Amino acid sequence: MTTAAYELDDLISQGYQHGFFTDVETDAVPRGLNEDVIHVISAKKNEPPFMLAWRLKAYRHWLTMTEPHWATVKHPAIDYQDIVYYSAPKSMKNGPRSLEEVDPELLRMYEKLGVPMQERELLAGVAVDAVFDSVSVATTFKDKLADLGIIFCSFSEAVQAHPDLVQQYLGTVVPYTDNFFATLNSAVFTDGSFCYIPPGVRCPMELSTYFRINAKNTGQFERTLIIADRGAYVSYLEGCTAPMRDENQLHAAVVELIALEGAQIKYSTVQNWYPGDKDGKGGIYNFVTKRGECRGNDSKISWTQVETGSAITWKYPSVILRGDNSVGEFHSVALTNHYQQADTGTKMIHLGRNTRSTIVSKGISAGHGSNAYRGRVLVAKSAAGARNYTQCDSLLLGDRCAAHTFPYIEVKNPTAKVEHEASTSRIGEDQLFYCQSRGLSAEDAVSIIVNGFCKEVFKELPMEFAVEAQKLLGVSLEGSIG
Amino acid sequence: MLEIRNLHVSIDDGTTMRPILRGIDLKVKAGEVHAIMGPNASGKSTLAQVLAGRETYTVTAGEVVFAGDDLLEMAPEERARAGIFLAFQYPVEIPGVANIYLLKAALNAVRKHRGEPELDAMDFLALVKDKLKLMEMDQDLLYRAVNEGFSGGEKKRNEILQMAVLEPRLAILDETDSGLDIDALKVVAKGVEAMRSPGRAIILVTHYQRLLNYVVPDYVHVLVHGRIARSGGRELALELERDGYAGIEAPASGNLAGIAA
Repeated sequence: MTTAAYELDDLISQGYQHGFFTDVETDAVPRGLNEDVIHVISAKKNEPPFMLAWRLKAYRHWLTMTEPHWATVKHPAIDYQDIVYYSAPKSMKNGPRSLEEVDPELLRMYEKLGVPMQERELLAGVAVDAVFDSVSVATTFKDKLADLGIIFCSFSEAVQAHPDLVQQYLGTVVPYTDNFFATLNSAVFTDGSFCYIPPGVRCPMELSTYFRINAKNTGQFERTLIIADRGAYVSYLEGCTAPMRDENQLHAAVVELIALEGAQIKYSTVQNWYPGDKDGKGGIYNFVTKRGECRGNDSKISWTQVETGSAITWKYPSVILRGDNSVGEFHSVALTNHYQQADTGTKMIHLGRNTRSTIVSKGISAGHGSNAYRGRVLVAKSAAGARNYTQCDSLLLGDRCAAHTFPYIEVKNPTAKVEHEASTSRIGEDQLFYCQSRGLSAEDAVSIIVNGFCKEVFKELPMEFAVEAQKLLGVSLEGSIG
Repeated sequence: MLEIRNLHVSIDDGTTMRPILRGIDLKVKAGEVHAIMGPNASGKSTLAQVLAGRETYTVTAGEVVFAGDDLLEMAPEERARAGIFLAFQYPVEIPGVANIYLLKAALNAVRKHRGEPELDAMDFLALVKDKLKLMEMDQDLLYRAVNEGFSGGEKKRNEILQMAVLEPRLAILDETDSGLDIDALKVVAKGVEAMRSPGRAIILVTHYQRLLNYVVPDYVHVLVHGRIARSGGRELALELERDGYAGIEAPASGNLAGIAA
């Protein structure tokens, strides 16, 4: 028993593979936050007045708020005056017009991470909007998408080129007053991605963004806004890795999705930020607000996430089911190891009639990791015939980790049907030995057991991403014959 | 092929080390089928699991040599790759992992060790279908999660299917016959019998002699209190069937059996 336990420990304590630092000159504003800093950010980005006004409203509101502490995560106090709120790679000053103009140092970094750029992206069929620190470095496939009327660009670019769309939709799902971190983001966000799919258009490729936190002490405040107009369809992929770092870094992103009548948005995330070292030192603090609104009837939004990184994950991708017959889905795998803490889950807010939601959450805890599922299912009085199905499974590796489940269910319409199932299991020495006695190494055995546990979620990921997800769990997933 | 010398095994029950095997000697040659019988708690399953490398048990003395190598020094997966296969008494469920996936990963691990190329999906499927037919199993079973929701009989058949695919040099079957109805028993026996070959040895661990009606062993050993109390041929199993284990005493010390086959 003891030997097996040690082996398990070795397997789950493999070092972080993406720990390298790219040396790029940065152009940063001084530490700290005040109205001047917000003016500087807005000016640097050459924003129209409505953006500045919105940022300032958010900032003033933020000053009245306090950091939330209801999650099962613990961290030292964050000094918001000790953060650099804007930093951009210097080589970006005049903006690259093509890949050739992109800083080769950046390209090398993406290569190391396996981001498909240049020809590789053609083969992969992925349009990459790469976010390096706070500014988008290269956006590809734009022309191809433009032919269909699809807008896919950095947020800053959208503010310049499509201010009307930005003004119409920004903050309509996550208002600037929403919560401490979202409000902070609204005040200081530097860049992110913007996507608009016109009516009736099915986006022919997976859209993808790679986020990467790099410059020292730079908080990352990304903002993503995706709008699928009537009858449109888009699948969006977000993937992240970060270089090894000793100091905690705050990340507070906001993602807003809007699906109009009959539209579908599929949003997939693989998150692998630096989780801190074996003793819990360092790592990213990830406080993210992700929310989608099925604004029109018969629309659908699905979130799929694989969360393996960050020291702290605080994240609840949610769906507001406003349109009648609209559908919300949440599929999640969250893995915590060493001293990682995750408090994640979803909210499904049923407002429209016959709205349906599905929640499948798989939490894996190893080492001293702590994993909490926190979910809220609200069926409003107006949501006649609403249905929800929730399944929360936890898998424990070792005996020092923790798993918690906090489902909140509120039903105000008597015709609604809400189901909740939960389970907790442990990777058994029995399972390990069984696989080993068939010739698999202990490492492969853990991999296939964990992958089996996550299978329901992985099958929701687009093919390209499923591969990434398997890699992240240190595995080769079931082949085509599985 | 396999030589066990003076094997002592204990289990740590939390406070003390409780001895289970107390000096086993056994030689098994290629081509032979050995049956290990004995009453409950005599150590039969422990022996099977120790040979496969289960770390729950502590070997306190003795040695085991398999094909010239010190077996006790090898990790469970190394033993499997070297050609040892254990059919589990209680096959383990692995939710979400397709049966065929585990089977393919296992076969390729073994092939890689032997320096053979990995089988591609088509060749593998052809091989498995062949073995399925032998085990009278439905192809559906390949795509279900490993042992999950399998009936008792399906689990046991699945173990033999794995054995047939992996083609071990030494197969150890731990009470594969228990809990099977007579039809399932015949199918399992047919599968085992098909594995019999001059290059392969089989150890059958069983309570009852009924499996031995279908798979006739070359040698029968009776394990009592962690020692081999008696060894003999096929007729010993029949004698046990008639008289039970009551008349067989554990040897006081040393080892009486040690049949040198």
